[in-house]
Amino acid sequence: MAPKLRPWSVALWLLAWQGGSMALAAAVPGGGLLLASPVQAARRLLELLPSAAFWRAAGNSSLRISGGFLLSCGLALLLASLAAGRPWLQDLLAPPVAAVKAVPVASFIILALVWLDSRSLSFFISALMVFPPVYLNVLEGLRGTDVQLLELAQVYRIPLRRRIWGIYVPQVLPFFRSASSLALGLCWKAGVAAEVIGLPAGTVGERLYTAKIYLQTPDLFAWTAVILVLAAGFERLFLALVDGLVRKAGA
Amino acid sequence: MELRVEGLCKSYRGRPVLASLTAVFREGVTCVSAPSGMGKTTLLRLLLGLERPDAGVIHGADCLWAAVFQENRLLEDRSAAANLRFALGEIPGEAGDLLARLGLELRDPKPIRDWSGGMKRRLALARALLAPSEALALDEPFTGLDEENRARCLELIQERGRGKPVVLAVHGLAGLEGAPLLRLGEP
Repeated sequence: MAPKLRPWSVALWLLAWQGGSMALAAAVPGGGLLLASPVQAARRLLELLPSAAFWRAAGNSSLRISGGFLLSCGLALLLASLAAGRPWLQDLLAPPVAAVKAVPVASFIILALVWLDSRSLSFFISALMVFPPVYLNVLEGLRGTDVQLLELAQVYRIPLRRRIWGIYVPQVLPFFRSASSLALGLCWKAGVAAEVIGLPAGTVGERLYTAKIYLQTPDLFAWTAVILVLAAGFERLFLALVDGLVRKAGA
Repeated sequence: MELRVEGLCKSYRGRPVLASLTAVFREGVTCVSAPSGMGKTTLLRLLLGLERPDAGVIHGADCLWAAVFQENRLLEDRSAAANLRFALGEIPGEAGDLLARLGLELRDPKPIRDWSGGMKRRLALARALLAPSEALALDEPFTGLDEENRARCLELIQERGRGKPVVLAVHGLAGLEGAPLLRLGEP
């Protein structure tokens, strides 16, 4: 398990960052441009918050990246369910899944730019990154389904709906939960990277790129903080939903 | 109603477990006795349709079964009531009384993972006795039970098994002296 983020530790690093930024500004002409301080980044974030453009960019990126995540999760669940009892389908899907896992995301982004318009890019890339971990983990979970319970269900003629909630869902949910937590981190990183390369108008990625071009490092940090908050918020929301399902399955 | 098996053969990896078994299971309890590994569970699995025989035929087994397996096969993280709901759909009105006769509490909200082995075994038996069925297959249902609980369970099996074939695989035959007996693994 990853160590917890302790407030004192975070505060210490923020202080170090503030000190480093001030030292750089004092030592090098224009040093403040190279490394904005956390205070500057926070101030810039507060300036951005009331603007409609900020919410539009955050909304556009969230919609596309989380949309790609949800679509891919659904597809991965469906295909893993179908592939669980069909080794030929597992074999058929193995090469593309391995390719998506191995090929650098930048290659896919550039390739996708040839096929798609830049607005669909983050949706596509996010979906692409999510599929392998969710599909492989759910498949692993289904492979471990308790055969004895399946036999019980056969003898007692338990209908499919009850089998799904009683046997499959509790078996697969822990696998799905850990995979979706991993995939959520991946899809936000890859999705924003796709926006930075594809530059769709009115997105977080475009704002990051603009901040880089004009050396607006406070903006860069402010938007990075926005990405972290959005990713963490969506992850919490999604995992709370999954945990609700776990509780329902266990009721 | 009766079940008949004729010339039933089953081998695992070349080792014969059942060799040309012929038997009839009439209404009421029929005991199946054998040393460990001599085909009791295999016979029950064949009757339940969970395995196919290598040779021979089974007549009448295509009916509505309820069973106690060698393992309890319960949902460990759920309560007794939830386990019954999972297997039976709805909890029959008589469930509370039947469980009470087995020394169990239907409304116990604890997940059954917190129960003792004997309590789980009795719940597995209660599930089989409460399920609508035309035949019962009970694979060593008294495992882990003391004398008193064994006697209670046996009384309920005889009571609830009336009018249907009950195939009861057991090690010890105490209390079952009058029941037809099929011995497996004997020359």
